[in-house]
Amino acid sequence: MMLRIKRVPTVVSNYQKDEGEDAARRGGGCGRNCLQKCCIPGAKLPLYTFKRAEEIPGDKCVLEHDDNQAPVAFLDSLLLGQWEDRMQRGLFRYDVTACETKVIPGRCGFMAQLNEGRHLKKRPTEFRVDKVLQPFDGNKFNFTKVGQEEVLFQFDASEDGEVQFFPDAPVDADSSPSVVAINVSPIEYGHVLLIPRILECLPQRIDRESFLLALYMAIEAGNPYFRLGYNSLGAFATINHLHFQAYYLAVPFPIEKAPTRKVTTLGDGVKISELFDYPVRGLVFEGGNTLQDLSNAVSDACIFLQDNNIPHNVLIADCGKRIFLLPQCYAEKQALGEVSSELLDTQVNPAVWEISGHMVLKRKKDYEEASEENAWRLLAEVSLSEERFEEVKALIFEACSYTLSEKEDEHLTQGAGDDKPPLEGTGSINKGRNCNMVSGTQECLVLQ
Amino acid sequence: MEPPQLGLIEQSFNSRYSNWAREALDELPDNFTITDPCISGHPIVFASRGFLKMSGYSRDQVVGRNGRMFQGPNTCRRSVMEIREAIREERGVEISLLNYRKDGTPFWMLFRMTPVFGKDEGRVIHFVAVQVPILRRRQRRRNGEGLCGEILSNSCRREVCSSSSVELAGVSAADSDCRVTALEIEEKCEASDTEKQLAATAIRNVLSVLTHYSESTGRLVCEKRFGPSFVSSSLHISLGRIKQSFVLVDPHLPDIPIVYASDAFLRMTGYARNEVLGQNCRFLTGVDTDPSALHQIKQSIQAQQACSVRILHYRKDKSSFWNLLHISPVRNATGKIAYFVGVQIEEGSVDRHGLSPEMRQLSVVGSIKVAVRISSP
Repeated sequence: MMLRIKRVPTVVSNYQKDEGEDAARRGGGCGRNCLQKCCIPGAKLPLYTFKRAEEIPGDKCVLEHDDNQAPVAFLDSLLLGQWEDRMQRGLFRYDVTACETKVIPGRCGFMAQLNEGRHLKKRPTEFRVDKVLQPFDGNKFNFTKVGQEEVLFQFDASEDGEVQFFPDAPVDADSSPSVVAINVSPIEYGHVLLIPRILECLPQRIDRESFLLALYMAIEAGNPYFRLGYNSLGAFATINHLHFQAYYLAVPFPIEKAPTRKVTTLGDGVKISELFDYPVRGLVFEGGNTLQDLSNAVSDACIFLQDNNIPHNVLIADCGKRIFLLPQCYAEKQALGEVSSELLDTQVNPAVWEISGHMVLKRKKDYEEASEENAWRLLAEVSLSEERFEEVKALIFEACSYTLSEKEDEHLTQGAGDDKPPLEGTGSINKGRNCNMVSGTQECLVLQ
Repeated sequence: MEPPQLGLIEQSFNSRYSNWAREALDELPDNFTITDPCISGHPIVFASRGFLKMSGYSRDQVVGRNGRMFQGPNTCRRSVMEIREAIREERGVEISLLNYRKDGTPFWMLFRMTPVFGKDEGRVIHFVAVQVPILRRRQRRRNGEGLCGEILSNSCRREVCSSSSVELAGVSAADSDCRVTALEIEEKCEASDTEKQLAATAIRNVLSVLTHYSESTGRLVCEKRFGPSFVSSSLHISLGRIKQSFVLVDPHLPDIPIVYASDAFLRMTGYARNEVLGQNCRFLTGVDTDPSALHQIKQSIQAQQACSVRILHYRKDKSSFWNLLHISPVRNATGKIAYFVGVQIEEGSVDRHGLSPEMRQLSVVGSIKVAVRISSP
């Protein structure tokens, strides 16, 4: 049985039209500056190249930008400047800073925004929510159809290990560039979309390389109030073309303030904790001997979830130092008619930002009546049940540690502390998988 | 990251408290640091002897660096976030934190920080942070709930409390009671009442030295914000990160006065802060300033729109310069316009990093919009 819900998709580009209109336009040159074969040759965009962190085991990530008293980092300036430029050129559907916003009183500090202009009063479209992995469909809207004026800059790793900025670099299709574009229906100031390897037209699914790119963006911006988010299909992504979102909000998100309980440390130093005292159940990834270790741990968990058809959202916070992974089931409930009409009427689609505690509300009534209780109740519907979450959690750990088994030998002698004895009991965790636990701690997770 | 020039650091301290204050602070037994949020990178400008002994660093390894140099992989990021928010909101905070010594060993300490306000400036001049090591004598078992067993650590504390406070205060890096095993570093460590008292006493000691010596320089400091604040406190620190020249004006007040001026603006124009706050920007104009440029500015403000003008402005010393001025409305959490920002670029100046002057100006506008967006009137 196919599960579907109806919703009005958010318009993220001025070139995003209804399905019918798109199909009619295809064939022949488009007559404007898009990012398809018709317009790419000769196109030029600013290019920012970042420096990769060293991949030596034991070396901590050397990129330190996390102090908000440090001067504004260059990428931060570039992004803000370009965004403000597009504001002044009238490319956004509305001025998001003219939308009233408030922190809902209570201990969590949920944020609510009254934004009546974000959602179109158009016919809702049907979305399939029971398949997290769906093939890319060129007939539907994708980011190669955006106008070049909506693209702020290209973002890639530097070839020669230095941070560089080229104000006017040619867009080289062969090098498979990644770009940062504006979201014309912004949730907040600076709302952009990071589209890895845009010309490859990847569907909305996580892969190691793309996730690492997103992590680098968080680090390079060096601003703890600039966060990146990802929604899988079935977790309220509307466009099946691989993208991350990001924006600025100069307060801590409730999810960032939520207490956590440590669950385990992987062999490569990645620490995984669990949220508690928060309406949505989820995992927090931190640490790692190298940046790649942290990135791969999260990617592998996401890959597991998407391969197993579990919708999920990811939040990259704290300049890339903390990553939240939240499996969810709201869309499924909605399709099965299990969500109360009261909640449905708010038309809040709980994607990564909502789950993190930032709600955009369409109706004045909802905004005025917004309370911590309401917000909690909505988010509690999004969460997997405790039982289901425990299942999924255990499976994620298997997935994370399984991919480490090749690196097992190297990591046996390295670890999080000098006092730890060499790995014990790995034989008891069968099938040769190694989940390196800090000895003496009984934060045992039950592995099959 | 390069430490900022030591000259600026020295000045931060000496111009406010005079050099004599260093001796007085060196006589205190407490562990503490003094930081300056107005200098790029929010560096430490003074570290006490006790602090250096506790952390294992020498003075010049610490002065000029940011406090996060003592954080490490097991430092709780949420605690770091709490400290960051306290700084942004210009208020105090008291929290247990895991830090790392020079030799890489971790230790828990009670971190208590308080802002020091300049009486004339009405804003934060320095932060004083006191660090009291938290002693643990017993290895804990983690209970099933995963929460720190308060009862257990309190019983630890009673043993510790019975020893003299001198013993507690003079903790050195060699003190084996401070060594923390891999098990313990994972658990949040709460401070005892004695340790909290030590922190409170230390803060009082330091503040009394600082206020006393600030009287001798005439640049008074105090613990509470004194006098009216032109912009809300949470904005000062955020705006202080922006190193370019800009001002915020309040269009709701009579004659649209300046309510915030960046250090770079003061340097560019040659005025002191108290000479510009509360004044309308017209003091920048002079004999040869084109009235139509002024008119354009006025119209844009009335129309609540952004504009760019090239206008002839004058410094305090009467010399003139071409100002590529960009003005934009800035809204706060209500969604209504709270300020207008004016970003100045002196014609002919070059941006080191390759952003065009226009782009640099827009980035300043963006940073300000992000900062003001969440502030309430």
